Amino acid sequence: MTETITASGMSPAVVALFIFVLACFIGYYVIWGVTPSLHTPLISLTNAISGIIIVGAILVAGSEGATSLEQGLGFVAVLLASINIFGGFAVTQRMLSMFRKKDK
Amino acid sequence: MLNANTLAIIYLISASLFILGLKGLTHPSSARRGNYLAMIGMVLAIAATLLNPMVHNYSLILAGVAIGAVIGILVAIRIDMKAMPQLVAAFHSLVGLTAVLVAIGTFTEHSATGIIDSIMLVELGVGSFIGAVTFTGSLIAFGKLQGILSGNPIVFKGQHLLNLVLGLVTLALVVQFSQSSSLTSLLLITAIALALGFLLIIPIGGADMPVVVSMLNSYSGWAAAATGFTLQNNALIVTGALVGFSGAILSFIMCRAMNRSFISVILGGFGGSDDEESTAMQAANQGVKSAAVEDLAFMIENANRLIVVPGYGMAVAQAQHALKELTDIMDEKGIEIKFAIHPVAGRMPGHMNVLLAESDIPYDHVVEMDEINPEFSTTDVALVVGANDVTNPAAKTDKSSPIYGMPILDVEKAKYVFVIKRSMRPGYSGIENLLYFRDNCSMVFGDAKEVCESLVNELKNG
Repeated sequence: MTETITASGMSPAVVALFIFVLACFIGYYVIWGVTPSLHTPLISLTNAISGIIIVGAILVAGSEGATSLEQGLGFVAVLLASINIFGGFAVTQRMLSMFRKKDK
Repeated sequence: MLNANTLAIIYLISASLFILGLKGLTHPSSARRGNYLAMIGMVLAIAATLLNPMVHNYSLILAGVAIGAVIGILVAIRIDMKAMPQLVAAFHSLVGLTAVLVAIGTFTEHSATGIIDSIMLVELGVGSFIGAVTFTGSLIAFGKLQGILSGNPIVFKGQHLLNLVLGLVTLALVVQFSQSSSLTSLLLITAIALALGFLLIIPIGGADMPVVVSMLNSYSGWAAAATGFTLQNNALIVTGALVGFSGAILSFIMCRAMNRSFISVILGGFGGSDDEESTAMQAANQGVKSAAVEDLAFMIENANRLIVVPGYGMAVAQAQHALKELTDIMDEKGIEIKFAIHPVAGRMPGHMNVLLAESDIPYDHVVEMDEINPEFSTTDVALVVGANDVTNPAAKTDKSSPIYGMPILDVEKAKYVFVIKRSMRPGYSGIENLLYFRDNCSMVFGDAKEVCESLVNELKNG
C-alpha cells in the first residue's frame, strides 16, 4: 500500500468510509431515476460493473511475492470476474439493442 | 508504470463513467450509450491496474482475462431471454466467489509481508463473509430458477434461530480474527457464510424470486465494496456502493409491488412451484364463463382499445412472438393496443419488458402499472395472458386475503376481460382469483401461445 497523505490526518479507513457514504447517496438518486422497463438491463449492467472486483483479483495474482497458491487464487478470481465483465456487458448490449421505438 | 495519484485519478474517471452509464438507463434511447460509457470505465480501470507497479506476472492475468472473456461472451450471445433471471443469478455467484478468493489471497499476501492491522482484518473478514453468502445464495437461486431445485420453499423448525446463531457466531469470529490474524478463523468465517447463504435462500418460494434476484444483486455490490475497503481502492468502493444500492432499491420496489415487507420475504415460506393441479378449483368452474377464440377475436375487432396483461405464463409458453403479430394487426386495423406491466410480473424486475422487446414489440406500447391503471375503465377489452395474482381484485376488497393491500392492475374495470389460462389452477400465492367470477370476465382455456396464434389467424382471416 502506498503512503497516505491527508492534511486532516484522517486514517485511510475513514477516507474510504467518507467516499463510500457519498457514493451511496449518488447510487440512491441515480437508481431511482432508472425507468422500470429497463430494470432487467439495470441488473445485468450493475452485474458487469461489479466485475470491477477484478482489480483486487489482478493485485492478488500479479503481486511480486505471490506464492503459487496465491497465484492460483488470483488466476481463478481474474477468470471469474472476467466472465462477469464480458458476459455482463455483452448481454446488456444484446438486451438494449432490442428496445426499439415503433419506427426502426 | 503509474504512480498512486495517477492511478487514483484514472479510477475516479472510471467511477464517474459507471455513474453516467447507470444514468443512461433513465430512458431506452440513452441506454446503449450508457452501456458503452460503463465499458470504457471498465477498460480504463483494468488498464490502470495492470500498470500498477505492484503488478507483475502478466501472462497469468491475461490468460485469465482471455478465458473469462470467451466464456462470458459465448454465454451472453447464446442465452435465451427467458433464462435471464438464472443467468443473472449465476453471474452474482461469480462476484461472490471472486470476493472470497480475493479476500483470502489478500490476507495471505499481506500477512506474509506483515502489513496488516486489525481494521484491515475486520474488512477482510466482512468481505469474505458477504462474498460467501452471495456465492451460495446465488447458486440456490440459480437452481430454483433453472428448475434444478424445487421452487417450493423449504422450511424446517428452528430455521431462523439457526441462522441467527450462525450470524452471531460469525460476528464473534470476526472479532477474534481481528485479534488473532489466523487463516483458520478466516476460513471458518467463510465456511459458515457459505452455509448461511444456502440457508437464507432455501425457504424463499418461487413467487418471491424477483426480490431474491434483486437482493443478491445488492449483496454482490456490498461484496465489491468490502473488497474496496481492504484494498483501499476507491473505484471498488464507489462501484460497490452503486451496485449495492441498485439492488436494494429494486428489492424495495419489488416488495412494495407485492405489499410484502422485506423481512417477511427473507423469512420465506410464501408461494410454491406451479406444478400441482387443484381439483377443488376445477369444481369452481361452474361459476365461470368460458369463451372461444372466435368470441375473443370478435370483441377485439370492435374494441376501441385492447390492453394486454402479460405474466410469467406468457414467458413459459413463449407467447410473446404471437403477441407481436397481434400488435401488428392491431396497428393495421387502427385499434390501439397497449401492454400493461405489473412490477413483479415475471421472475425478475423488468422481465416482461425484455421479453416483449425481444419479440420486437415497440417499447412505447408497453406501459407501467401506475400509468395504465386509469385507462382500464375506458377500455373495451383487457386480455390477460399468463398473469394471475397481479389482476386479483381480492387484493382490494378481501381483508382476509393473503394478498390484501397489494397494488394490482385494474383489469376488472375494463368493459370485457378475457383470461387465457390452461385451467382454473390458482396462481403462485395459491389463492383464487376473484376476477374470474366477475360478470364481465370470460376464460379462454388453452396454452397461451396456441390461443394467441389462433387469435392472430382469426383476426387475419375474419
